[in-house]
Amino acid sequence: RCFKVLVNTLHCTAQCCGMGNPTGSHVEWCKQLIAATISSQISGSVPSESVSRDYRALRDGNKLAQMEEAPLFPGESIKVIAKDVMYICPFVGAVSGTLTVTDFRMFIKSVERDPPFVVDVPLGVISRVEKIGVQSHGDNSCGIEIVCKDMRNLRLAYKQEEQNRLEIFENLVTRAFPVSNGLPLFAFSYKEKFAVNGWKVYDPMAEYKRQGLPNESWKISKINSTYELCDTYPAVLVVPTSVKDDDLSKVAAFRAKGRVPVLSWIHPESQATITRCSQPSVGPNDKRCKEDEKYLQTIMDANAQSHKLIIFDARQNSVADTNKAKGGGYESESAYPNAELVFLEIHNIHVMRESLRKLKEIVYPTIDETRWLSNVDSTHWLEYIRMLLAGAVRIADKIESGKTSVVVHCSDGWDRTAQLTALAMLMLDSYYRTIKGFEVLVEKEWISFGHRFAMRVGHGDDDHADADRSPIFLQFIDCVWQMTRQFPAAFEFNELFLITILDHLYSCLFGTFLCNCEKERLKEEVSTKTVSLWSYINSQLEEFTNPFYVNYENHVLYPVASLNHLELWVNYYIRWNPRMRPQVPIHQNLKELLAIRTELQKKVEDLQREAATRSISSSSDRGSSPSHSATPVHTSV
Amino acid sequence: MWYQEVSLPCEGPGTGTGGPGKTRVSHPRAGGGSGQPGERCPCPRQGWVPMGFRVLHSQNHPRFYDSTEVIKEQARSGRSLQLRANEIHIKEPIEKEVNPRLLPGELLLCEASTVYKYMQEDGSNRGTYGKLVCTNFKISFLDDDSASDDNEPQFKNKIVGENDITLQCVDQIYGVYDEKKKLLTGQLRKYPEKLIIYCKDLRVFNFCLRYTKEEEVKRIVSGIVHHSQTPKLLKRLFLFSYASAAPNNTDGRNQTVMFETLEDWRDELERTKGNVKYKAVTTNEGYRVSEKLPLYFVVPLCISEESILKYEGRGIPIWCWSCHNGAALLKMSAFPKEQDDSTSQMQKAFLDGIYKTISKPPYELLKLDDLSSSLPSLQDIQTAYTRFKQLFLIDNSTDFWATDVKWFSLLESTNWLEIIRRVLKKAIEVAECLEIQHTNVLLIEETATDLCCVISSLVQVMMDSYSRTKSGFQSLIQKEWVIGGHGFLDRCNHLHKSEKEEAPVFLLLLNCVWQLVQQYPPAFEFTETYLTVLSDSLYVPIFSTFFFNSQHQRDTNKSGESLKTQSGPFRFLTVWDWAVQFDPKAQAFLNNPLYAEKPKPDKSQRKTARFKHQRQLSLPLTQAKPSTKRGFFREETDHLIKNILGKRIGKFINSSDEPPNSLREFYDSWHSKPVDYHGLLLPRIDGPEIKVWAQRYLRWIPEAQLHGGGTIATAAKILDLMEEVQSLQVKMDEEHSQAVSGAVHSVPMRRNSARLSSLFPFALLQRQSVKPALPTSTWKDLEDEDDLVKRDDEFVDLSGDML
Repeated sequence: RCFKVLVNTLHCTAQCCGMGNPTGSHVEWCKQLIAATISSQISGSVPSESVSRDYRALRDGNKLAQMEEAPLFPGESIKVIAKDVMYICPFVGAVSGTLTVTDFRMFIKSVERDPPFVVDVPLGVISRVEKIGVQSHGDNSCGIEIVCKDMRNLRLAYKQEEQNRLEIFENLVTRAFPVSNGLPLFAFSYKEKFAVNGWKVYDPMAEYKRQGLPNESWKISKINSTYELCDTYPAVLVVPTSVKDDDLSKVAAFRAKGRVPVLSWIHPESQATITRCSQPSVGPNDKRCKEDEKYLQTIMDANAQSHKLIIFDARQNSVADTNKAKGGGYESESAYPNAELVFLEIHNIHVMRESLRKLKEIVYPTIDETRWLSNVDSTHWLEYIRMLLAGAVRIADKIESGKTSVVVHCSDGWDRTAQLTALAMLMLDSYYRTIKGFEVLVEKEWISFGHRFAMRVGHGDDDHADADRSPIFLQFIDCVWQMTRQFPAAFEFNELFLITILDHLYSCLFGTFLCNCEKERLKEEVSTKTVSLWSYINSQLEEFTNPFYVNYENHVLYPVASLNHLELWVNYYIRWNPRMRPQVPIHQNLKELLAIRTELQKKVEDLQREAATRSISSSSDRGSSPSHSATPVHTSV
Repeated sequence: MWYQEVSLPCEGPGTGTGGPGKTRVSHPRAGGGSGQPGERCPCPRQGWVPMGFRVLHSQNHPRFYDSTEVIKEQARSGRSLQLRANEIHIKEPIEKEVNPRLLPGELLLCEASTVYKYMQEDGSNRGTYGKLVCTNFKISFLDDDSASDDNEPQFKNKIVGENDITLQCVDQIYGVYDEKKKLLTGQLRKYPEKLIIYCKDLRVFNFCLRYTKEEEVKRIVSGIVHHSQTPKLLKRLFLFSYASAAPNNTDGRNQTVMFETLEDWRDELERTKGNVKYKAVTTNEGYRVSEKLPLYFVVPLCISEESILKYEGRGIPIWCWSCHNGAALLKMSAFPKEQDDSTSQMQKAFLDGIYKTISKPPYELLKLDDLSSSLPSLQDIQTAYTRFKQLFLIDNSTDFWATDVKWFSLLESTNWLEIIRRVLKKAIEVAECLEIQHTNVLLIEETATDLCCVISSLVQVMMDSYSRTKSGFQSLIQKEWVIGGHGFLDRCNHLHKSEKEEAPVFLLLLNCVWQLVQQYPPAFEFTETYLTVLSDSLYVPIFSTFFFNSQHQRDTNKSGESLKTQSGPFRFLTVWDWAVQFDPKAQAFLNNPLYAEKPKPDKSQRKTARFKHQRQLSLPLTQAKPSTKRGFFREETDHLIKNILGKRIGKFINSSDEPPNSLREFYDSWHSKPVDYHGLLLPRIDGPEIKVWAQRYLRWIPEAQLHGGGTIATAAKILDLMEEVQSLQVKMDEEHSQAVSGAVHSVPMRRNSARLSSLFPFALLQRQSVKPALPTSTWKDLEDEDDLVKRDDEFVDLSGDML
């Protein structure tokens, strides 16, 4: 049997070597992208205890099979190994290799190509697994189509009779959707140790202190410490000082899901604030709540600079009206006389999901280059990005130029609201543009305030058609990327940082994006049983640092919400296409330059120290210092 | 210049001081934004004008001239008449006249005062009063503010200022009559209230003439239209006045090879090792072959003088460049379609003979490429560019946001990016023939001076790293375009002779090169700013570079015989002398600090360096052919795919089932390897890779401005770092030599990139407010997704199971 494997493999090696070499790029590319995010963790060889006895026999007898085996993370174990599985790559054609399914990943490696062809897919990215093809010509063969959340589809083919004991399909389905099959997510088995503990990145008390809170108008409240006021809010909230807990409970009863207006950010000078909440339960009969009205008045009064409060309702006006008929609604001018209500006309999660689906259609696997622009147009994806950015700019502008406090909500205040407040904060506060600051921003506005990650992403769940799934967080990261494109020197992090975040939004390797709210996370003991994504990132900051970064302290960034200035994020959405290689960054040259500077600085310091010890005090002739030549220093590569 | 601030009470006209043309009125913006003014009159003053005064307001205009002497007098005084607001400041210049800065040979032709230059911003208008002048070189708006500006911009064109429009730079002029825009071309019967000038460098100027005296309006409008829009004689170009008046003291330090001498051509042949099979010929001395051909050019060794002379150089392959492997890029001007059978028979026989001669060894196989059939026509290019530039010539912010909503579709419908893609693809094709197939490529076009220039230049930029240095690129433009005989004068329609001849061929090249520059910045010694200012220089008629159709035309017009009896021929400036336009500080923006410079070999090492260069090529020199053997496994694979997976998968692996496409393979194989910045460089041309040259096209649009953003933010960081490194080096040298401690060093000036805007280094003063630009366009409806839009967003039941 082993002999047969060997023969097959040899044949296919001979075959594929002659096939020309457009493959290298794909391999490089896949490796670069997948490995870039997790390479440092890949351990050298497979510890034999993690391989079940069945497969050990197979492996020990076959060198090639060993070479094609998956590298494993600490805590990861192999579930299936199948040889001679064909990966049908849309770019290079069929590649035959060994498929390994572990409790974390699906791994295909083919040494028949040089360099070896590798596809490494965390199971978490899988949205749907489907059997395709039927029996024909007496062959009993199978095809599997795997639809991924990260903009690719994978197709595998294998011979049924050879694999009959292995049941690739069943294993893949079980492991890809652990939650539906009563299994834990891999994050709870992952045993890697990092030098930094990412769970310590966000401490709400420290963050509010950084913002200058509490102050005379705002207090840090523990009313939600047991999640009784609102089960989707964090334990620590910032509310107006004068508000009594009883009143707060009444406000909670009036606001959808108890999500009362709480402070997200305060301007260090004007004291204008961003507060977030859910829609008021006004209903068709225009129900009012005195406590809620008073509460918003208090928020307005906390800012002496303005006698107005702007309420940004992220929804479309018409949709808000529909919601009103169903018991929700928005703040009327009569009940809230000092408030100005602005609808940002942003569409709902279903529209966004549909838009991303269309986007995938036009970018994967092939691009119609002659109709590229109109195809992009037809997905509306960038239009929605534009709407979000424009909304956030309006919020930031009201705070910065208008010195007016704003309240932001949509329906429940955990999707569009989080997108808008987080983006506005990124524009207003340069701290959030650092790596650490951005991590805090995500932890605070998204994770602690109950963006329903588990539901929107569908971690480990096999119901791919679930209407609750939507790429809301992806849209936010896309907006951030658009901002980094427009302001290439204003952010401490680079593109890889954003891609890494998105990859692990789906991968279920880290606990960071698991569950729907803080209460759930506590119950699942996420912070003790899983590793934080920030542990991984913060232990190798160099990789994620933008060399162009200049700290724009106190500088408000207003991105231009014009399609002129928005681009499709090729390095994310089309990264699987080998023709879309990431541009060779000039970063390399810049990094060399930075190294030269550091070296020179050191030398100068050394010399100065030397000179100081010699303590020669001769007259310094300032005039003679040569002026800087205009010719630039060229770096060689 | 100093101004005295005078507060003017509201009792009416006549209180102000100063005569016409000297008084500037500026309004505090606060009161001006009362909503409507922007729509009807650009002057903020309108905001205060009660309806009854409207007629007075139009006094300056001849059509409404029907009032009393008193009012007339008041109107003449050029001051505003109806002042209701109580605090309007009149700034009066203490110095007397604002005079235009004139170049040698520049003459003031007409002028008008109290012209209001404005731009619409945030729904209201902002602007300044000043004098509008027209000279034989430019249209210029003299705004007193700029003189008093303490911020000397870091990047300034010494010849063409921010408010200067050279006559050749004017694209179209519109007059506004009762809110209707009309194109102004020749004789005018009525004079407009407003003038909108669209420039070829994509600036848009709005001038309001309501407060200008009637006579001046007439003079300035007809003057501008006449001098910039009507046909003119070559000798009336400013180029000649300037050349005869300006002392030409160009230093000979310019490294650009001009290709005006036989030597230059021989050197180029030697540089590219083309001299084995090609020779520079003197046959055209005295232009006895053709006036369209340069004085000297290069042909295959085996071509005789007789054949060159036979059809005035038509049908003769002319050498452009030789590849390291000996394959050459050639161009040829084709025979026009002949009606006469015998003539065309003879021409055909002649061509066959030529082809036969140059297909024999030692010459490589010959591949012909008729560009007139394989590329878009000049007409298509002109149409596409005309539509494309329209997207950026924006009147006001409403316009901008209206365009923005349909941006991608509009962009696609212009077809401009598609033309760029096709041209780049053609260049890759040619590169593949030269590099992989070792064939000579002969580009054929009717005159061989349009698309031939584009393709041959692009191929050289891609294949010859010398063309990616500044002097190399400039030499290339000289070789292929200026001396090569591209008809700049006709293609740019500088003389307004015939619109049929107009086509942005050179701009097309710059757009294509820009794609390469932005894809591979370290491979180029110059920056995109260099390309942008080069494109602007197309319209600056003090350089001869872009103002002749051929070397012959330039040579014959150079002898100063006709215009003046002055001694000696004109000495024209070349655009490559960048010091004419920019001081050294500004020139720094043209050089790419991150250029991955090739280590310079000294002469003795030349040969080895050459060898090294070849080895550095990122491609194998022989074509890797796909194996024809089909092992059983492969068959099995096919079988599996075809029978089991059927069409659903078949569609996904099309590419591998197609017959081997050598071009695709060449492209993919090159892109799968790391880039060698000194080797072959292929542009990426897939869908999203072809982009809009934002710097050139968006630089004057205030709405598109990013405060603290844009590529300049990174450039500033690099420049800062460069300066820091340099100063550290200096410091270290000093420490070494003197070992002096405590010497004070100046800290290099920091560019605060947070304060720069993406429009930098252009349009410095365009938009002072830091308020964000907010879309004003209405939301596009989604017709087909209504059900989704109305669906409930949020999950209702919160008690669902967790994990």
